[in-house]
Amino acid sequence: MIEALLSGDRPRSRLLAAMLAAILVSLALAPFLFPGTRALDVAAKVCVFVLLVASYDLLLGYTGIVSFAHTMFFGIGGYGVAIATTRLDPTWGAIALGTVAALAISLALSFLIGLFSLRVKAIFFAMITLAVASFFAILASQLSNLTGGEDGITFKVPELLRPGFRLLEEPLLGVTVGGRLVTYYLIFAAALALFLALLRAVNSPFGRVLLAIRENDFRAEALGYRTVIYRTIANCLGAAVATLAGVLYALWLRYTGPNTTLDFAIMIDILLMVVIGGMGTMYGAVLGATIFVVAQNYLQDLMKLASGAAQGVPLLPDLLHPDRWLLWFGVLFVLSVYYFPRGIVGQLRAWRT
Amino acid sequence: MSAPATQTDALPQARIDFVPVALVVAIALGAFALIGSPSTWVTLTVAGLAMGLLIFIMASGLTLVFGLMDVMNFAHGLFIAIGAYVAVSVIKVFGASAGADSFTANLAAIVPALAAAVVVAGLLGLFFERVIIRPVYGQHLKQILITTGGMIVAEQLIHVLWGPDQLPLLRPPTLRGSFLIGDIALEKFRLAAVVIGLAVFVSLVALLNRTKIGLLIRAGVENKEMVEAMGYRIRRLFVAVFVAGAALAGLGGALWGMYQESVTVLIGAQMMVLIFIVIIIGGLGSVGGCFIGALLVGLVANYVGYLSPKIALGSNILLMVAILLWRPQGLYPMNKQ
Repeated sequence: MIEALLSGDRPRSRLLAAMLAAILVSLALAPFLFPGTRALDVAAKVCVFVLLVASYDLLLGYTGIVSFAHTMFFGIGGYGVAIATTRLDPTWGAIALGTVAALAISLALSFLIGLFSLRVKAIFFAMITLAVASFFAILASQLSNLTGGEDGITFKVPELLRPGFRLLEEPLLGVTVGGRLVTYYLIFAAALALFLALLRAVNSPFGRVLLAIRENDFRAEALGYRTVIYRTIANCLGAAVATLAGVLYALWLRYTGPNTTLDFAIMIDILLMVVIGGMGTMYGAVLGATIFVVAQNYLQDLMKLASGAAQGVPLLPDLLHPDRWLLWFGVLFVLSVYYFPRGIVGQLRAWRT
Repeated sequence: MSAPATQTDALPQARIDFVPVALVVAIALGAFALIGSPSTWVTLTVAGLAMGLLIFIMASGLTLVFGLMDVMNFAHGLFIAIGAYVAVSVIKVFGASAGADSFTANLAAIVPALAAAVVVAGLLGLFFERVIIRPVYGQHLKQILITTGGMIVAEQLIHVLWGPDQLPLLRPPTLRGSFLIGDIALEKFRLAAVVIGLAVFVSLVALLNRTKIGLLIRAGVENKEMVEAMGYRIRRLFVAVFVAGAALAGLGGALWGMYQESVTVLIGAQMMVLIFIVIIIGGLGSVGGCFIGALLVGLVANYVGYLSPKIALGSNILLMVAILLWRPQGLYPMNKQ
C-alpha cells in the first residue's frame, strides 16, 4: 500500500524516513499540535512550498533545466483565483473557473517558452525565463485595474473557508473547528495528493527519460527520444503544478499580490530550498521547504539573541542581524552546490551505505 | 565556376554584416517620423544612446567571458552594484570638491570615484573567478546555481557594509542641468555618458582588433583548444578578460548610479535583466552584437517611453522576441563548433 503510494521510490535511509514521517505527522496534526495562528500560517506555507519546490525539482533536479520563471506560474495561479472571485461571486464555481483559466494560461505560456528556448543551451533557457518573468512582474504591477497593481487583490472566499465560519459548535480537543481549519486541511490534502502524483510522474518511464536527458541529452536523443518534447512536457507539468500551488497559497492568504507570488526573492527562496534539500529527489523538496520556511519564521528570533550577545564585537552584530538570515542560507547554498550536490537527502542516503 | 584560389590571393576579409546597423538607423528615423518634433527627437535619441552605451559598458565583459570560456556569470550584477556603492563612498570622502561649483574640482571627485569603482570591482572579479567560478568550468547547471548563490551572499554583504537603505548619489553641480542649443535640451550627464561609452567601445574594438592580446581573445572565442595547442595559456587570458569585464561593470555601475542619482542593492539585479536581453539580442559572445543590442534597447526604451508610456517597461522584451523571431541566434550569431 505504502509502496504503491510512494510509487516504489522509498526514502532509502532510516533517518530520512523518520524525518519525512515526522514532517508528515506534524503537518497532518498541525492545528492540534501547534496551536496559534502563526504556527498554522507556517504549516500552511510549508505545505504550499513543498508542492512548489517539488514541481521546480521536476525541472531542475530531474530534467536538468534551470528556469527563473517558476514564480510567474505560481503568480498566475494566485491571480487566477483572485481575479475570478472578485469579478464573479466568491463561490466554488468561481474558484474552479479561475483555476482552470490560470492552468490554461500557464500551460500555453510554458509550452511557448519551452518550444522557443528549450532547443538550445541550459544557459539560454535560464536567461530567457529570467527576462520573461521580470516582464510578467512588470505587467502585473502595470495593469492595475486587472491585478490591483502593487497593492494586489484581497478577495473573499466561499463561506466554508471563511475564518468566521464554524463547522462544529464545540471546540474539538481545544481547537476551534472553523473555516481556517477547513482551509488548512484542504491545502494539506491537495498538496499531499499532488506531491504523490509528482512522485508517480518521476518514477514512471517518462521520469526515467527525463533522468536520461539530464545525464546525457545527446545519448537520449540518439536512443530515439525527442528531447525537446520531453523537456517541454516536463516544463508544462512543472508550470501546472506551480499554478495549483499558487491557487492554494492565494486561498490561504485570501490575497494575491506581487510580493507574495511574483517577487524575484521568492524565486531565490525556491532555488535555496531545492538545492539545500536535495536536487533530483522529491523528498529533498519536503526537507528543503520545511527547513527553510521554519527557519524563515523562527531563525530570526534566534539571530536576534545572538546579535544581542555579540554586541561590542565589530561587524559581528551586523552579520548576525535578524534581517541577514538569508546571508547564512546563501553561504549554505554555495557550500551545498560544491560539496553536497545531492543536498541533505543525498547526504543521508550516502551515510547509509 | 570560380578559379581555385592561388597562393598569392590575400586572405578573404571577414564580411561585416551591416543589416543590424541599418536597423538601428531605421528605428531612429522611424521614431523621428512618429515623434514629429525634431528637438524632442534629438533629446530622446541622446538619452537613448546614453542609456545604451552605459548598458554596453556593463554588458561587454559578460558576453566576452561567455564567448571565451562558455561561462555565464549570473552574478555579474554584483560588480555593477559594488561599483555604484564604492562611488557613493568615495564621493562622500571628496564631499567638498564634489559639491563645489567648478568643473575641475568636480572632476577631482568623480575621477577617483570612477577609478575606485573600477579597481574594487576588478579585484572582486579576481576573487570571484578564483573562488566561485573556477571549480565549475564546463558545468552549466552548476554555474548558474553557484553564481546565483554568490549573488545572494554578496547582496547580503552589501547590506551589512552599507546598510539596507537607498543611498543618494548626487551628480556634481557642473554635471547637472542641460545645454540648450536652440530649443534642443541636451542633458550634460547624458552627453558625458555618451562620450565615456564611445571611448570604451572604441578602445575595446582597438584592443580586440589591433593588439596581440585582442587577437588571442578573438581566436579563443573561435576555438580555444587551438589557441591552447599553440602554446598560449587560455586560462590566464580568461582571468584577465573576466577581471576586465568586472571592472567595466563596476565603471558602468558607478555611472548608472549617478544617472539614477540613487543606489540600492537591487541595482545589480535590475540591470542583469537588461544586460541579458542585450546580449541575447546581440548574439551570445559577440561584442559587436552587444554594442548594437545595447543601442537598440536604449533607443527603443526611450522612444517607446515617450510615444506610449504604458508599454515602455515591456518594450525590451518585445524587442527581444521580435529580434529572435528574425534571427534566432541573435543579431551576430557566433558559430561555435
